[in-house]
Order: sequence, then C-alpha cells, then structure tokens
Amino acid sequence: MSDAVLDPGERSAIVRDSLAVGLATGAYGLGFGAVSVASGLSIAQTCVLSLLMFTGASQFALVGVVAAGGAPLSGAATALLLGTRNTLYGLRMAPLLRWRGWRRAAAAHVLIDESTAMGVSRGTREGVRLGFLTTGVSVFVLWNLATAAGALAGDAVGDPRTFGLDAAVGAAFLALLWPRLRDRRNVLVAVLAAAVALTMVPITAAGVPVLAAGGVALLVGVIGKRQDPTEVPGPDDVAGGHR
Amino acid sequence: MWTAVLLAGVGCYLLKLAGLSLPERVLEHPTVERVADLIPVALLAALVAVQTFSSGSELTLDARALGLGFAVVALLLRMPFLVVVVGASVVAAVTRLV
Repeated sequence: MSDAVLDPGERSAIVRDSLAVGLATGAYGLGFGAVSVASGLSIAQTCVLSLLMFTGASQFALVGVVAAGGAPLSGAATALLLGTRNTLYGLRMAPLLRWRGWRRAAAAHVLIDESTAMGVSRGTREGVRLGFLTTGVSVFVLWNLATAAGALAGDAVGDPRTFGLDAAVGAAFLALLWPRLRDRRNVLVAVLAAAVALTMVPITAAGVPVLAAGGVALLVGVIGKRQDPTEVPGPDDVAGGHR
Repeated sequence: MWTAVLLAGVGCYLLKLAGLSLPERVLEHPTVERVADLIPVALLAALVAVQTFSSGSELTLDARALGLGFAVVALLLRMPFLVVVVGASVVAAVTRLV
C-alpha cells in the first residue's frame, strides 16, 4: 500500500464515483422504508433499523421474515448471520485503512458492501480512505433520509403489492447475490440453499427455512477445498458503480 | 419487535467492529474462511427463493416470479442495480393489473 498523495484529478474522480454509489443506494432506501412498514414494523422501528443496523441486506432479511409471519427473533438471527459478511470486509479493510481508536469505531458503522467495494480497489491509502469514507457517509445520509420518506409513503400506500414492492425485495437480494455467482461452487451452493429453503417452507415456521439454508454453507465449506475469488465486492458490484 | 430491532442492530455493528479490530489471522483457518464466504451466498439465495416463491407457509407461483425473471434478464444485460429492482416491481405490478 503506497502512502503517495492523490492529485486533485484522482481525488475528485473518487469523490464523484463514491457519491454516485451513495445516491443510487440511497434511492433504494425508499423501497426499504416502504417494505418495512408494510411488513408490520412501525415508522420508528424502520428508521432505527436504518440508523443502527445500517446494512441493507440484513435489514431486508429481518423485515422479510417478519412479513412472512416469522418470529422477530428469527428475523434478527438471519440479519446477524448475513451481517457476518461485514466482519469479513472489516478483516480485509483494516490493514488498508489503518485506523485506530474513535476513528475505527466510527468507520465500523459505515463498513458495508458499497464502502468496501469503492475503497478496496484503490492503489493508495489516501484513495482507500477517501473512497471508503465518501461512499459510506453518503450512503448513510441518503439511505436514512430515503428510509424515512419510504416509511411515510408506505404508511400511506398500505399494501406493498400495489406497486410490486414485494417483487422488488427478491430482485434486490438477487442483485446482491449476482456478483458472487461468477464462481461455480457458489452457484451450486446457491441452488442447494434455495432448494433447501423452499422444501422447509411448508413444514417449518417462517424464518427457519432461510436459517436452515445457512447449513448448506456450513456443509459445503467443511467438505470443500477451494477458496472463493468473489468474496469481497468490487466497484462493478454495487448500485451506481461502473459496469 | 423492539427487542429484535435493537438486538440485531447492535449485533450487526459489533460484527463490523470485530472485523476492523480482530487480527487478520483469524481467517487463516481455511475451513472458517470458506464457511464465512459461503454463508452470504446461501442466505441470499434462500432469501431470493423464499421472498419470490412462498407466502406464509405455502409455496406459490405468482407475479413475483415474473418480476424475478425480469431481474435475471436485467442482470445478464449488466443493467444498473436500480433498473433491476425498480423494473422487477413494475413488471410484478403490471402483471397484477392485467
């Protein structure tokens, strides 16, 4: 990792790219707010999820389980399991960011798919920090504003099926999964996990099928041999990033 | 509900902080690393399936499947994330109208 100083051109390019990701991801917070309220959470609970949990896939997972009639705590368990992915991002980002104390504690809050993707690929430490922080903070601000707006709008609209919002959730999970499907073993795991989950739907309480599918990861991980080349997202893999 | 919201919220923050604080060598055990890498794949795939093909404890096939079909095509064409998500909801909503 080079400690070279960024020239103004590189600096503004990183800021521009990061803000674009922030804007695209933030807009998508509208959908979260609306879906969450439609799932039975209050406006306050919806906003606290975005402020405190602040990791989109886990938030959608929690409200998805609740919407299907599952126990809130099995929704929480699914959210936490999905949240372990941010731990992996942290392990990769820590030596690049090299922050300690309160800076590290603050950085941890905006450690998500998007900030990792826009930070990890930079050649210099300043570039990593700038990409990570600009993306993380702009997503945080816009995601929370959009969540509040979506929750208020969702409260007014009522049934999420009216605008096909229920279909948006599946599509969003698929879009998050997509970059990882470049790896063939991941495709196998994904197909097995989906099959296990659907098999469990009629015979278990809502929320259990998704957790049970996590068992597929455990099984394949223990008997498999190869490492996954797609574990950390790149700039191509997030909303508003370059394709 | 508040318990679940606060518990999962604080827990998710601690998972992020742990990532930035733990020494990198916790990932040196290859099985731990493989399982950790595969968990999001399995959970996201299961969530796609359950969100699209079930209602409560029943398996269903409805407008959401067409929405997901649109999402697959859009992703294959490398469309932006927002097009994928908004397009899927529009397809489902329009299907329900006709």
